[in-house]
Amino acid sequence: MIAWLIRRLVYAGLILIGVNLLTFALFFFVNSPEDMARAQLGGKRVTPEAVQKWKQEHGYDRPLLWNGAAEGLRAKATDTIFFDKSVRLFAFQFGTSDQGRDIGFDIRTRMWASLAIALPVFLIGLAAYVTFALLLALFRATAFDTAGVVVCVVLMSVSGLFYIIGGQYLVGKLLNLVPISGYDGGLEAWRFLVLPVAIGVFAGIGSSTRWYRTIFLEEMNRDYVRTARAKGLSERRVLFRHVLQNAMIPILTGVVVAIPLLFIGSLLTEAFFAIPGLGSYTIDAIQGQDFAALRAIVFLGSVLYIAGLILTDLSYTWVDPRVRLT
Amino acid sequence: MLPFQPVLLVTDALVFVLLAVTAVFAWQLRRHEHLRAPWRRVARSRRGMGAAVVLAVFAVIGLLDCLHYNPALPSQKGERVFSTETRSALDALLSKLRAEREKTYSAPLATHLFAKETVERPDGTQVREFPRLRFGGRHLEDPAADWAGDVTRRVLAGLLGGGLAWLVLVLAVCAALARHAGGGLRKAWQRVWAAETDLPWDVVLATMGALCALAGLTIALATGYHVLGTDKTGQDVLYLSLKSIRTGLIIGTLATLIMLPLAVLAGIAAGYFRGWVDDLVQYLYTTLASIPGVLLIAAFVVMMQVFIDTRSDWTLFDTVVKRADWRLVILCAILGITSWTSLARLLRGETLKLREVEFIQAAHAFGVSDWTIITRHLLPNVMHIVLIAVVMDFSGLVLAEAVLSYVGVGVDPATNSFGTMINGARLEMGREPVVWWSLAAAFFFMLVLVLAANLFADAVRDALDPRIRPRRLTPARVAAYLAQLARSRGRGQAA
Repeated sequence: MIAWLIRRLVYAGLILIGVNLLTFALFFFVNSPEDMARAQLGGKRVTPEAVQKWKQEHGYDRPLLWNGAAEGLRAKATDTIFFDKSVRLFAFQFGTSDQGRDIGFDIRTRMWASLAIALPVFLIGLAAYVTFALLLALFRATAFDTAGVVVCVVLMSVSGLFYIIGGQYLVGKLLNLVPISGYDGGLEAWRFLVLPVAIGVFAGIGSSTRWYRTIFLEEMNRDYVRTARAKGLSERRVLFRHVLQNAMIPILTGVVVAIPLLFIGSLLTEAFFAIPGLGSYTIDAIQGQDFAALRAIVFLGSVLYIAGLILTDLSYTWVDPRVRLT
Repeated sequence: MLPFQPVLLVTDALVFVLLAVTAVFAWQLRRHEHLRAPWRRVARSRRGMGAAVVLAVFAVIGLLDCLHYNPALPSQKGERVFSTETRSALDALLSKLRAEREKTYSAPLATHLFAKETVERPDGTQVREFPRLRFGGRHLEDPAADWAGDVTRRVLAGLLGGGLAWLVLVLAVCAALARHAGGGLRKAWQRVWAAETDLPWDVVLATMGALCALAGLTIALATGYHVLGTDKTGQDVLYLSLKSIRTGLIIGTLATLIMLPLAVLAGIAAGYFRGWVDDLVQYLYTTLASIPGVLLIAAFVVMMQVFIDTRSDWTLFDTVVKRADWRLVILCAILGITSWTSLARLLRGETLKLREVEFIQAAHAFGVSDWTIITRHLLPNVMHIVLIAVVMDFSGLVLAEAVLSYVGVGVDPATNSFGTMINGARLEMGREPVVWWSLAAAFFFMLVLVLAANLFADAVRDALDPRIRPRRLTPARVAAYLAQLARSRGRGQAA
């Protein structure tokens, strides 16, 4: 187990190095710092002095990989853009954004708002989708099941944008139940959270219910289910004790990996509801062409995703006694 | 001499390549019974064929929008000058919708503008009122009195025209069936009506009927009104929606296809050669997959934006249309990278299994080269995974385009797409009274496109995926299977 974990962590480190090199290449080889300065300062009519000043202020005036002018071997390797902007990410030193704000501080303060939306959506959604899927599986091959699947396919064919726009219009504007957008710290936040959470859960119904239903039906075709039925167990017992438990394995594969990513939040929901989380932070970074913030978010996203993968494997040992991590 | 100058945009070229590949693939299908069998199952699927008809209509609209040209300008000295404004065959068909721009918002089928304006009366007094539209309902003398009657007449005429067109289609199908099976038109129609034909012609014709009615209705109304209203800048929303179809289709198809050769090659190579090739490919796709999709796309698109903007003097990017088009291609490629990883993983797994199977081992023993084994033996046997991935990804990509355009990392704002439509209309729901038609149009067109794509994808997956057995074993299915078995036996003996 320990050996497995160490091996997984080493591999995770290798992957993160890959991610890091990829983003570095993307941000500094496709476009030179010069291009970025021009994009930030606006257009072609920028004087070379202004570009030089911008680069100096944001630390882009050094060589990319190797600083031959610096004193000493250590400085030659570290006084570069690569070391300053990319290697430091491994220590979670995100530096300052191109707008001059401390990225690490922004991330630490904003992730809680993201979590406040994403966690309820995740938990309520999971419970709701599994329940619906079990219902459909219980009444499989009946008119109820067919109607349920049709509704699911229609629901998953609607863009998430429309759920948000429609929900905001219906609940926020027509019925005037909750504020349309905004956020508040502390316990008062619930008024702002109800609508985005409800919409988030609703938007996922179609695809998730259908997916879980497929998993349940696949399990129900297995031999152990036939055995259980042959023993004379009631259909409900078969479904809840046998099928549900065995279906946990494929369900976990898709679910656990998403848990760490809850910190990143949802770009769309946060943008529409003006929630000061990491999702809207990312959108601001995209729209303001804030390259430093974007690099930090990309790196953070992959760290969380890899953490999710490791968690997934660990969770297998918990639900499936056959799995041994060696 | 042509009265126009043809223009081939990059996306157009890629679409034509895609068409050519599809044609070659279809030709291959015709020659091989075992390849044809699953597609026959798709063709027998009632839901799948209904969806296919709808998709075909979308595809025709999209293809018409891929034939670009620069129209000729009138010139005096006999030398030919072409406009720098690139148009498409669809624009030519819809030139009336395109040209008839109002001032600003107007509701569907409206005769007056949506916003009040100060209008000067002939006697010199000024009043605030809703001015008449420049084009919508221009033919009406007194809109208040004539509007209802005119719209009713047009609706009836449209339905009648659509119905006639549908009758022609029904006759054509029945005639073809009668020629194929014999027994006259009447018999053919009875078989279609009773759903006794081999292919579900009843569903196909019913879908066509609905589409004909809709098309007839739209055409009849669009000649006099803005059927779906106009947007903020006075453009016809129906025109914008129809133009958006091309972008949706291109994102949905090209995104998977641009990266497809790479994914297939990498996946098969990893599974077949194993060793360091496998390690490398696995490392590559794990790295790419470990960056959350939206963030990877965002990073790529932002950098691409800077790249294109700082090089607007390159001939590749010298016009707005070309720049927008390149941006679309690159967006497709980026979306392709994110879907690349899952396909490569699936193919690797399947190849790992297949390489231990006897026929591959035998090929090895005979000294067949690796390349031949991969192309002749492995590729055809993993093709169903590729096809399923392509059709299953389509609807997700169309939906993703809208979201990405909203976030600001989608297509160029100058490109018509559902995302830009929604993006432009996002503040309209807050207006009083509500401007709902742009959103409703985008919603309707996207829903129909994505729903049809989802249904068709399900039919393809059910037919192609060997793991999915027919859910219900009806006597008809068993009979069909036995007949097929007997036929293939007979062929085997004859050979």
